[in-house]
Amino acid sequence: MTVLSRIAPQLIVLAALIALVSVFYPGFLSIDIQNGRPVGPVIDILKRSAPVALLAVGMTLVIATRGIDLSVGTIMAICGAAAAWALTQGLGAGAAIALALTAGLAAGLWNGVLVAVVGIQPFVATLILMTMGRGVAQLITEGRILTFTDPGFGWVGSGVALGLPVPVWIWLATAIAVAVIMRRTALGLLVEAVGINRRAAHLAGVNATVLLIAVYIASGFCAALAGIVVTADIRGADANNAGLWLELDAILAVVIGGNSLLGGRFSVAASVLGALIIQTISAGILLAGFASEYNLIIKAGLVLIILVLQSPRIASEWRLWRDSHRAERGRT
Amino acid sequence: MTRTLMTTVAALALCGGAAAAQTVGFSQIGSESGWRAAETTLTRQQAEERGYQLQFSDAQQRQENQIAAIRSFVAQGVDAILLAPVVATGWDSVLEEAAEAEIPVVLLDRRVDSDESLYLTAVGSDLVHEGEVAGQWLVDQVAGEECRIVELQGTTGSSPAIDRKTGFETAIAGHDNLEIVRSQTADFTRARGKEVMESFLQAEGGGADICALYAHNDDMAVGAIQAIKEAGLAPGSDILVVSIDAVPDIFQAIAAGEANATVELTPNMAGPAFDALEAFWAEGTMPEKFIQTESRLYTQADDPQGEYDRRKDLGY
Amino acid sequence: MLLSIRSLTKVFPGTRALDDVDLDIAAGEVHALLGENGAGKSTLIKCLTGAYLRDGGTITLEGAPIDPRSTLQAQELGIGTVYQEVNLLPNLTVAQNLMFGREPRRFGLIDMRGMRSQARATLAQYGLSIDVDRDLGSYSVAIQQIVAIARAVEISGKVLILDEPTASLDAAEVAMVFDVVRGLRDRGMAIVFVSHFLDQVFDLADRVTILRNGRRVASQPIVGLSRMALVEQMLGRALEEVVASPAPEAEQAPAMLHFDGIGRAGVVAPFDLTVAAGEVVGLAGLLGSGRTETAEMLFGIRPAQTGTARDADGPLDLRHPRAAIAAGFGFAPEDRKTDGIVADLSIRENIILGLQARRGWARPIPRAEQNRLADDYIRQLDIRTSGREKPIGELSGGNQQKAVLARWLAMNPRFLILDEPTRGIDVGAHAEILRLIRTLTDKGLSLLLISSELDELVAVADRVIVLRDRAHVAQLTGAAVGADAIMHAIAGTGDAA
Repeated sequence: MTVLSRIAPQLIVLAALIALVSVFYPGFLSIDIQNGRPVGPVIDILKRSAPVALLAVGMTLVIATRGIDLSVGTIMAICGAAAAWALTQGLGAGAAIALALTAGLAAGLWNGVLVAVVGIQPFVATLILMTMGRGVAQLITEGRILTFTDPGFGWVGSGVALGLPVPVWIWLATAIAVAVIMRRTALGLLVEAVGINRRAAHLAGVNATVLLIAVYIASGFCAALAGIVVTADIRGADANNAGLWLELDAILAVVIGGNSLLGGRFSVAASVLGALIIQTISAGILLAGFASEYNLIIKAGLVLIILVLQSPRIASEWRLWRDSHRAERGRT
Repeated sequence: MTRTLMTTVAALALCGGAAAAQTVGFSQIGSESGWRAAETTLTRQQAEERGYQLQFSDAQQRQENQIAAIRSFVAQGVDAILLAPVVATGWDSVLEEAAEAEIPVVLLDRRVDSDESLYLTAVGSDLVHEGEVAGQWLVDQVAGEECRIVELQGTTGSSPAIDRKTGFETAIAGHDNLEIVRSQTADFTRARGKEVMESFLQAEGGGADICALYAHNDDMAVGAIQAIKEAGLAPGSDILVVSIDAVPDIFQAIAAGEANATVELTPNMAGPAFDALEAFWAEGTMPEKFIQTESRLYTQADDPQGEYDRRKDLGY
Repeated sequence: MLLSIRSLTKVFPGTRALDDVDLDIAAGEVHALLGENGAGKSTLIKCLTGAYLRDGGTITLEGAPIDPRSTLQAQELGIGTVYQEVNLLPNLTVAQNLMFGREPRRFGLIDMRGMRSQARATLAQYGLSIDVDRDLGSYSVAIQQIVAIARAVEISGKVLILDEPTASLDAAEVAMVFDVVRGLRDRGMAIVFVSHFLDQVFDLADRVTILRNGRRVASQPIVGLSRMALVEQMLGRALEEVVASPAPEAEQAPAMLHFDGIGRAGVVAPFDLTVAAGEVVGLAGLLGSGRTETAEMLFGIRPAQTGTARDADGPLDLRHPRAAIAAGFGFAPEDRKTDGIVADLSIRENIILGLQARRGWARPIPRAEQNRLADDYIRQLDIRTSGREKPIGELSGGNQQKAVLARWLAMNPRFLILDEPTRGIDVGAHAEILRLIRTLTDKGLSLLLISSELDELVAVADRVIVLRDRAHVAQLTGAAVGADAIMHAIAGTGDAA
């Protein structure tokens, strides 16, 4: 299966959504240049997709191993808080980013060890950090929004480079790097093998323990990047709200990307498209100007339609219908 | 603040040596927001200034912890109980226990569904009134000129979001020059405030068609201010910004000319509560059943830098 | 005839899975349904139970035409089915499983006492006196299987279809289930029995119908039928018998691997073992005698606690599978589905998986090389597939087993452990795998072969080690390797030692 045919359903959904939003908001695809930076709904969507897209990249790998990482939203809060703390202590932007990434890697290592070595179910293991971690973040910020003014760090969240907002480059680069690493090395195959049948993979000599720890670390790293982006964006670490419930959006993005929650075959590109689809829905609702009471209903309704259309059952029915149709035509 | 200090002095002078060191139990909801942390800090400060012993209990968002704390206060025989209730229902029996022990209970910030006779009074702000103050400021500010307003709502369905929206709409009703053209929830958070404001700017001609922003809390306003700046506009002049809460960060923005006004939701609920308690202890005076705190308006003329300095260490 | 099938036809895109099949089943007979994988047995059963809608033909039950459109409907008509994997709910009690969906009611509520006593009475008919309040999952598979049969009979009561009911049972358990089945036959039920185990077919069946490529080849009484004739009908050609090649004298080849005093407390008692290059060592014993445990210990899955392993160059580390693989070991486990194949991956990926894991993730095998390896082994081992990219889970059991073997052969091991390599595999593939084992050892590969089929051991093993009660109790070498001798050693009655 080529990459394009794998992500075709997501591309079709995205195109359909863009068409739908354009009906309610005709200027949806227009892009202006203001003060040397491109401005337009599409640019906003690309930029605002960054947190969920980044989380979805890591979540895709975790889900491919038949796991789940509920702690990514909390890791975002911890890493954002760590970065903001470093900046308020007078450390530079580089040190703040390094500290945040280290915190993300450490959080991922914690999850990975609980899952792969201690043998706790991923749902439970990451739930521990999900609930406990926000307290850690609040300790760092002392319960307030820890603000800073460092322009270098702020650039990561709201700067522009080569004509696109910096967060767009960050998630694009992360997604491409992860996809390339997975497919140009044997990691993708080994991750899928562990996800489909951990015991068989283990007996074939695959080091499932190390692989499992590695994917949770990757997820923690992606969450750290997401945390850095949102913290830099509002120039403040909001331990209570940063990344709140984003783990669910990330899981949804992976699912919209057609990846099975039961592990196995995965596509990073499709998950990232899933994140774009979610953000396009949210932005479309905002631009169309519906009353906010309808936001969740419209969002849920659209997601439901997308998932139903993608369900294996519908797909196989469609294939059966198509084949029988062809067979009939072949006969006449 | 000056006013608070003066009442404090007056109170101290009044009851001077009359009452021995009073013990007050305070059951706080938790520390989920900066505002609540500030409320805790100010309550401690007020108690210290008045020479009370404060028994503090953090309920971590759980009613059963609050009920246990109140029972323990009753057992200790404190002179009064302050309660910031986490939910509205389920307080009858524990309030009855306090009433039987003749310990006055003052509710802070939120109300309960129990019978009024079970507590001395409730101190709180009027959320609708806050919205009205913000709306009235904008009415006065634009002075009859056309003004298209965008509104950042709090979490959909929450009472502050509903009441602050209602109050604002009441204030601008009848002024045909004011119109809310876009209104969306941003969940009271800075990040969503920025994101939703970006879409407002997109949808309203890059922001050129927006005259003012009304945000249900300061955090959303701070996020929106960043969005306005990044869109190449000047918040505070190109787009007027008014919000509610009066947290320290908004005063920085006001001082920088990037926000115009905020309405204070004072975290000093303990001051009026202690005033009422002192009158009750001294002369048995029964206060009103609801003491409304002042919803004070702060603008660029009200020493925003000074207000920031006074607030920054309260734990916001 | 109780059940008559005439001209049954079922077409799938590309194949006629059933082509004009007739079948008659009388009350009071056990009718075996035989055929290689893909012959149409399961399609026929699914048409009978309403899981598939047939494309042509008629089904008559007690003289009236029937047309089951769902399993539930088939059950109500009187056709019940018991599968290889018990399809009951292991976390409900025996009584709940037995009475599920038809619980006795009192005042609108479930009458627990009535349910228990009914369940007990039902099971008593099957000679089973067990605590019906315990979870079904706490009983052995045989008892679960009998409960499943009892439930099917209670609900349906005319025709009972047994689809590979004994695949996960040991000999004593099989006997227990067969007693129950014979009892039902004597009560006048019609029983359709599907099995790969020819011994069991001869043991239990009264008549046998053979399918091949979706067509009926023959229907005949089993009495007077020879085993060879049966197999030839199934395969459509004369079976090249796997004849034991004269066993090379083990003493002549120098020992390649030495295991000294190797054992694990409570799992396998310490034993010594040497294996020569090109030698086939058989492991015989009843289920639970420690055969699989020995294999798992040698491969580092549950590593040895005592003893040492060494080769000519020194001691070997066998503490986990990766270490054993590094020492040149391979292990094709008994349970292919859970321990062997990675079902959603392609045949190619399954074949190269072990090799890739050994090379490390950073050195991927180039795709052209992967394709070459996969195509080579698909051809060499005659894996029947439409292509190397087909998910391995869609292959038949025998072809899956060959692909798992290919995975190990691609790694070029010196010592390969095969745990029941022919279990659940149809007759044709069975012979091919045994032939394959021969060619492998001719190239110098050493094998440890675990098998319940004594004929198989006799045919290929140079030496047979017999286990009883988790200890190695006997070793038969060269000419002494014979089915009778092994049997005696297993039973502990012989003098082979």
